[in-house]
Amino acid sequence: MSAPTTIFRRPEALRDAFTHYCPGCTHGIIHRLVAETLDELGLRERTVGIAPVGCSVLCYNYFNCDMQEAAHGRAPALATGVKRVLPDRIVFTYQGDGDLASIGTAEIIHAANRGEKFTTIFVNNAIYGMTGGQMAPTTMPNQVTTTCPRGRDVNTAGWPIPVADVLAQLRTPAYIERVAVHTPRYTVQAKRAIRQAFQYQAENRCYSFVEVLSTCPTNWGKTPNESVQWLEDVMVPYFKLGLKKSPDRPPVD
Amino acid sequence: MPKKLMKGNEALGEAAIVAGAQAYFCYPITPQTEIAEYLAKRMPEVGGVFVQAESELAASQMIFGAAAAGARVFTTSSSPGISLMGEAMSYITAAELPAVFINIMRCGPGLGGILPSQGDYLQAVKGAGHGDYKLLVLAPSTIQEAVDLTIEAFRLADKYRNPVMIIGDGLIGQMMEPVDFESCTKPPRLDCSAWATTGCAGREPHIVKTLFLDPNVLEERNRTLKAKYERMTREEIRFETYCCDPPPDLLFAAYGTTARVVRTAVDHLREEGASVGMFRPISVYPFPDDALRQVAHHPAVRNVLVVEMSMGQMLEDVQSALQGRRPLHFYGRGGGNVPAPEELIDEARKLLGNGHGGKR
Repeated sequence: MSAPTTIFRRPEALRDAFTHYCPGCTHGIIHRLVAETLDELGLRERTVGIAPVGCSVLCYNYFNCDMQEAAHGRAPALATGVKRVLPDRIVFTYQGDGDLASIGTAEIIHAANRGEKFTTIFVNNAIYGMTGGQMAPTTMPNQVTTTCPRGRDVNTAGWPIPVADVLAQLRTPAYIERVAVHTPRYTVQAKRAIRQAFQYQAENRCYSFVEVLSTCPTNWGKTPNESVQWLEDVMVPYFKLGLKKSPDRPPVD
Repeated sequence: MPKKLMKGNEALGEAAIVAGAQAYFCYPITPQTEIAEYLAKRMPEVGGVFVQAESELAASQMIFGAAAAGARVFTTSSSPGISLMGEAMSYITAAELPAVFINIMRCGPGLGGILPSQGDYLQAVKGAGHGDYKLLVLAPSTIQEAVDLTIEAFRLADKYRNPVMIIGDGLIGQMMEPVDFESCTKPPRLDCSAWATTGCAGREPHIVKTLFLDPNVLEERNRTLKAKYERMTREEIRFETYCCDPPPDLLFAAYGTTARVVRTAVDHLREEGASVGMFRPISVYPFPDDALRQVAHHPAVRNVLVVEMSMGQMLEDVQSALQGRRPLHFYGRGGGNVPAPEELIDEARKLLGNGHGGKR
């Protein structure tokens, strides 16, 4: 009998720490995909990550690389500051939908439009998690939250902002893709997109942005399994998955 | 190199270059925009970073990112823009990062106007942002002094790992004066290697953050910041006295451009034989309380007259320093109006009485 072989281990870019994320939340999967990517591309020791405000504010407790913590919505501004003074480092922002799609809208659009050479991992779970389940710009029509107790009324609150699609309208070259991680098949695709995003940055090609649809069983008031189903049934048909923009495919005039 | 005739805003930009600033993030706003225009040309020439941000919110948070990555950084703005930068000032102070902010003040409140003002004094010395923090604030009254203090600001930002602010009114930015850069030297750079986020090769990761949910840990940081401000109060007091030896009957207190007008008024009144002098704070946080008291509490000083281009802001610090032991008077102009020497002379005469410093 041959010696046992390790086929699955914690990536070096993740710390050995207890998670504070709720059961059924997919932040942990997304963290792992980012960490695996940093390991595989050999980037960890020259990476600076920027944490947002929201559930993932504490992501510096998990990512085993240099980290800064931003004010609410300002992670792309911090990332711009870091990348401009350290252009040979790898810089990424990890942001939720309240942070990026609401208070940080100006920062994300202009960072993308300047073509800043960093990567954004945008976790969209259609709700404010950390503050306890308020309506986000990404909350689905009729979805009930603590600040839209009768469901999101699109006549007064508007429709969910499809950030990846919005950013893809900019003329500046970028890599933009929307993925999900609620089933293994989607997770494999998400890993490929995140790796591609960091690869483009490592080649100093362009700004790269991956929107990841994520679950929030606690604030959705659902079990983890119900959450996976709701994401598939409600979010995926609206937030269309796939490649939105690629530096390899320049816009046609 | 002979003295060079320069507009204040351009001289401020050059001062930052001389100080070795590596990155500048900005947003246009009158009356400081020439700093951005000047540096758009100059920063690339010296291998530095120039970024025009989408807002003052973003520009000042870019400062956070670059400072936490170990670069010598600064930004400039004017009053409404400084309000937006208050957010970043709080975070940068909390994270103990060195940075320099320059506010070329315009009149307010609201959009107000674009003419000179000193209406942001309290915002600067009490804090534009939230939480328990202070900036070290310096107030130049000539363009040469603005240059010297800007270079000094970079040294002090490193010394304290705390933002330092220069407050100049619109006149400091807009007028031209001869400036000498010959005697200016670049302050040595702080060694940031123990905390800057530059990639963790060969060491444990560095984390620059401002969230501390444990009340005892946060309180300890509050105490660390307090100790820093106490040290500033011991080591960074700057002021000038004019015609205060012997102490005058009437003591003016003014800073910035206003102090120049007061100086003219003092010269004129002294020619008439009046006993007048001026106390000019240069560091406005920390405020030179003791130094002011030393002059103002002299038995010869019967009245103190504070002059500002505001409705009375530094007045509060003077009031607190004097502890009610001298009658305190105020003359202020607003809306962008600069007081004329004649106005101050009239005010002084009312307080001096008939005998120019004799009995009232």
